[in-house]
Amino acid sequence: MNEIRLPDATEAPGRRGPRLWLSRLEGPQTMGRGLGFWIAAALVLLAAILYPAFNNDYTVGNAAYFLVWTFMAMGLGLVWGYCGALSFGQTAFFGLAGYAYGVITINIGSAFGATWLALVLAVALGGAFALLIGYFMFYGRIKGVFIGIVTLSVTLVLETFMAQTAGPQWRIGEARLNGFNGMSGMPPLTVPWFGGEILLYAGTTLYYVLLGMVVLVYLGLRMLLNAPFGNVLVAIRENPERTEMLGYGIRLYQMLAFGLGGALAGLSGVLYTAWGQYITPSSMGLTAAALPIVWVAVGGRRDITATLLGTLIVIAGFQSLTIYGSQYALVVMGALLVFTVLVTPNGLVFTVMSQIGRIFGKGRE
Amino acid sequence: MTTILEVRKLNKSFGGVTVARNIDFTLQAGAMHCLIGPNGAGKSTFFRLLLGEHTPESGTIYFGGDDITHLRSFQRIRKGISVKFQVPGIFKALSVRQNLEVAFQHHLHGASLSETVRRVLDFTNLSNEATTAAGVLSHGQQQWLEIGMAVGVEPKLLLLDEPTAGMSPDETRKTGEMLHDLNARGITILAVEHDMAFVQQISQSVTVLHMGSIFAEGSIDEMTAHPGVQEIYLGAADE
Repeated sequence: MNEIRLPDATEAPGRRGPRLWLSRLEGPQTMGRGLGFWIAAALVLLAAILYPAFNNDYTVGNAAYFLVWTFMAMGLGLVWGYCGALSFGQTAFFGLAGYAYGVITINIGSAFGATWLALVLAVALGGAFALLIGYFMFYGRIKGVFIGIVTLSVTLVLETFMAQTAGPQWRIGEARLNGFNGMSGMPPLTVPWFGGEILLYAGTTLYYVLLGMVVLVYLGLRMLLNAPFGNVLVAIRENPERTEMLGYGIRLYQMLAFGLGGALAGLSGVLYTAWGQYITPSSMGLTAAALPIVWVAVGGRRDITATLLGTLIVIAGFQSLTIYGSQYALVVMGALLVFTVLVTPNGLVFTVMSQIGRIFGKGRE
Repeated sequence: MTTILEVRKLNKSFGGVTVARNIDFTLQAGAMHCLIGPNGAGKSTFFRLLLGEHTPESGTIYFGGDDITHLRSFQRIRKGISVKFQVPGIFKALSVRQNLEVAFQHHLHGASLSETVRRVLDFTNLSNEATTAAGVLSHGQQQWLEIGMAVGVEPKLLLLDEPTAGMSPDETRKTGEMLHDLNARGITILAVEHDMAFVQQISQSVTVLHMGSIFAEGSIDEMTAHPGVQEIYLGAADE
């Protein structure tokens, strides 16, 4: 028999509350365990913390831009890699939340940390819209490639709709939607502070705020994926009929995962809008919709760490290539996707991490 | 004896083809009962109607006295029905232990979950494979794993769709022993099975389905001696 051995999944009996959740930072659904992994993770985080000390503000602001996208990628990893539903339209929730942030902040301003309220409301809107789409998809028994078709259609419809809102009648309160030219003029995230608020323009402060959010979301997802909820998502991916016949209402689980993925895409949308104070309908277009698929596939959709690292690597590479021309960069992205599908279907980063894990005997496989 | 499952006038058709025709069926609690019949007799459809995967056009299904005809599949499972599919319905990428944990975590947590997993690993002779990916187990072991997943939380009724399909004679015999053990613990068993030797090993009574209807019911000896049954099923099976 092929001796594939997987780590023990049993949670330590007797642990409750915060200790139980902390124990779920490691588990069967996430790669990386033991002191070695966490030391390596701490070193990576330390390097990220020290990064601004060795780079100018513009470069750090650009790195913050990379971090913006990781939430959408991790959400797609959850929906696609863990739950088995390939969504081609995470950008719908990205764009909706981005526009919502713009509309809310242009109307209520940024005083007293109101931008954070706008962030929460916009992310909730993105999540709620995803729950609604998820409800109709999963309770309507749509599955497989049709989920990709439906979600792609949703984002393209939103893009088309927003592109025709150029006229002056398309306004919500003070906020003009501005059609294909996009909406601008919203404030960045602000932090109320003694002697005046801190404006989080693209730069070092925003970089640290985003880095903290990435760490929190990443660790939170690790705990969620190693909890019973995550186990059921993986079971649904592997065999939905069997999962239902174990007594799980699988459509509810699928809908909740899709809603969470949508909220994370929404978080990226809000942060993107706040980062550049600008959002356009093309952020929901075909190219924008395809890119998260490439990031997650190349990184490794079935592991949240591989998804996170892969996304950062691919986005940084993509931006470097755009120096030579954006179309050229897109062709390389397409080629990278084809290479990944054919050679390392589990993802490049995932495959490398698996090999490292085998060497040290700590991997998931 | 109390009735655990009662089916009244159940009808289902696909296109113009009737696959369940006025099925009346009663199963007593604690029974080990087999459904037999030639290919296309409607056995699997009957199972899928019981599980809620198909919706009947008419008729009623009672489980433990409750009308479950309009419940979703997972709601029926929560009432105490469990199933083992013909093709092993396991999670191949997960370890054996994870398969069992997913199967039981809906009902159990912490120490009781660990204890039940340990007990089922022991029962299914898979203790040494606890951390092995389920997809690389032998076919027989995969069948046992699924039986373990189906019975760990002790359902009232276990539905088995050809539980020994693809098993070696030794694995088949062990499976029969497992089912007797489960039945002795109070689990009612209803199995679709083609292997008549296995039917004789596990079953006290048999129902013969033919063209979507109940053709005959009785003991295994009565059915094997039944001329009509020999003609529609046993004779056909020998061809």
